[in-house]
Amino acid sequence: MELKDIQELIKQVNKLNLAEVTIEKKDLKLTIRTHEPGVPATYTVMPQQTLQPAAPQPIAIQTTTTPQQTAAAAEAKAASTAEANLLTIKSPMIGTFYRSSGPDKPACVNIGDEIKVGSVLCIIEAMKLFNEIESEQTGRIVKILVENAKPVEYDQPLFLVEPI
Amino acid sequence: MFKKILIANRGEIALRIIRTCKEMNIRTVALYSTADRESLHVKFADEAVCIGPPKSSESYLNMARIMSAVEITGADAIHPGYGFLAENEKFAEICNEYGVKFIGPTASMIARMGDKISAKDTMKKAGVPVIPGSDGLLTDLKEAKKIAKKIGYPVILKATAGGGGKGMRVVWKEEDLETQWSNARAEAGASFGNDGVYMEKYIEEPRHIEIQVAGDQYGKACHLSERDCSIQRRHQKLFEESPSPFMTEELRNKMGDAAIKACNAISYEGVGTIEFLVDKYRNFYFMEMNTRIQVEHTVTEEVINYDLIKEQIKIANGEPITGKNYYPAMHALECRINAEDPANDFRPCPGRITNLHTPGGHGVRIDSHIYAGYTIPPYYDSMIAKIITVAQTRLEAIETMERALSEYVIEGIKTTIPFHQQLMKNKDFREGNFTTAFINTFQFKS
Repeated sequence: MELKDIQELIKQVNKLNLAEVTIEKKDLKLTIRTHEPGVPATYTVMPQQTLQPAAPQPIAIQTTTTPQQTAAAAEAKAASTAEANLLTIKSPMIGTFYRSSGPDKPACVNIGDEIKVGSVLCIIEAMKLFNEIESEQTGRIVKILVENAKPVEYDQPLFLVEPI
Repeated sequence: MFKKILIANRGEIALRIIRTCKEMNIRTVALYSTADRESLHVKFADEAVCIGPPKSSESYLNMARIMSAVEITGADAIHPGYGFLAENEKFAEICNEYGVKFIGPTASMIARMGDKISAKDTMKKAGVPVIPGSDGLLTDLKEAKKIAKKIGYPVILKATAGGGGKGMRVVWKEEDLETQWSNARAEAGASFGNDGVYMEKYIEEPRHIEIQVAGDQYGKACHLSERDCSIQRRHQKLFEESPSPFMTEELRNKMGDAAIKACNAISYEGVGTIEFLVDKYRNFYFMEMNTRIQVEHTVTEEVINYDLIKEQIKIANGEPITGKNYYPAMHALECRINAEDPANDFRPCPGRITNLHTPGGHGVRIDSHIYAGYTIPPYYDSMIAKIITVAQTRLEAIETMERALSEYVIEGIKTTIPFHQQLMKNKDFREGNFTTAFINTFQFKS
């Protein structure tokens, strides 16, 4: 396993918000443990023999030989499939993105909120006009991709929604 | 000077404008539709805003989206390029209301020259020669006969609602007038639902020679000599050159003076072009005025060593012009390269450019937005590059063009390079012997 493979693995683990992943191969056991999303992962590598520069091994978390590995792989697979099922709500217009319709008003939506067709998701302001952006999906808000009061362009991803 | 210019256009002209802005240390904002995400003008600009889906009406022609982009980027000027909204007086007016400088003339100047009948009227009053004809629509055959007699045969009957050559009839002598009058009106009625017809003198095999002009905000105007754009196909220019092989010093002075008169008539601000038709006797007649930068501005730039985009920006910034006229010191040619198949009636061939080698060397200029791996989107016009060559004599400029065309490798799509190679070898072309009828007798050998 090369360094860049390990770095890629750490990236994947972070992305999928996994707590811990252990991989055991013939000459290598690798554990990646994160604390919480957003905190850089730490890792310990315990070589059972000196790492030799070998022919590059394809990185596949799914390459399993142990039950532990299988579980981690299955979880990783589930997580990535879940993300693949997430819908992206993109901006239909150009302007400034606002989470709420006023500085002292509550946000239109928060992470975890359920939305349906017609739910107001955010405000996009252009040319002094405040446009309510309505959802065309039903689902649950998983992620908000733009900060309040930031400019957005056409087709820019705004929200990740889990269909329900 | 402007801090940030937003370019409301795409393709090679957007790149052209960005280049001059970079030289002037002005920040640039590119706009793009989702189809143009990988376009070069997006990559070259300091900032870029996606403004809509591929359809022009929802992107490059959409004023609300463009003004929203102005708002979020804080641009203080807009360059409209050519085509799209460049001659849209409503857009110029909206920019004005927003306090964003529209780099070009005012809305009212655009309006006055945009309406063909009012433009002709303004020119007539200014003493610019116009194509003699009827004053508006013809009421009956009797009036038609009278006017035809006055202006002299041949005359052309034109449908007022016309386009694409429909509802037009050339009348060579008085005996044919009655029949052609009925035919023109019938076709106009059938094609456009409006059988209104007017008359103009028919200029036999004219040359299309245009004069580049510039006017500042203080009423001064000047001309930068001519370009010959007679080689056209279905009213689309294929090739341009400066000076015109048909020009004489006397004619240039006369046409230049007329062009300045045209500018002064409307106190024209900005850079523009007066298009004339020139007959075989070297009589010239006003055709129309283009109140914007043109595709072929490049040939003028090369023979005069001038940056016309820079001039536009300076004029918009309120800088005065000297009023000096400019004359060609060299000879320049431009071939428009389109993604079209000349062997198949110039059918458009958008697609992915798999291999590209751009010509270079002394006297060669390429204005283009294509690159190896670029996919030409099918939603916009088919022009992908302009090759401009410049030399001390016309013959040398042709030889440089032949060399450049043979070097230009564009693989993965069909282009009009083979057409231009055959054009360069054509005897009439080489002798400078061509009018707007040239393309009718030119045979492309596939």
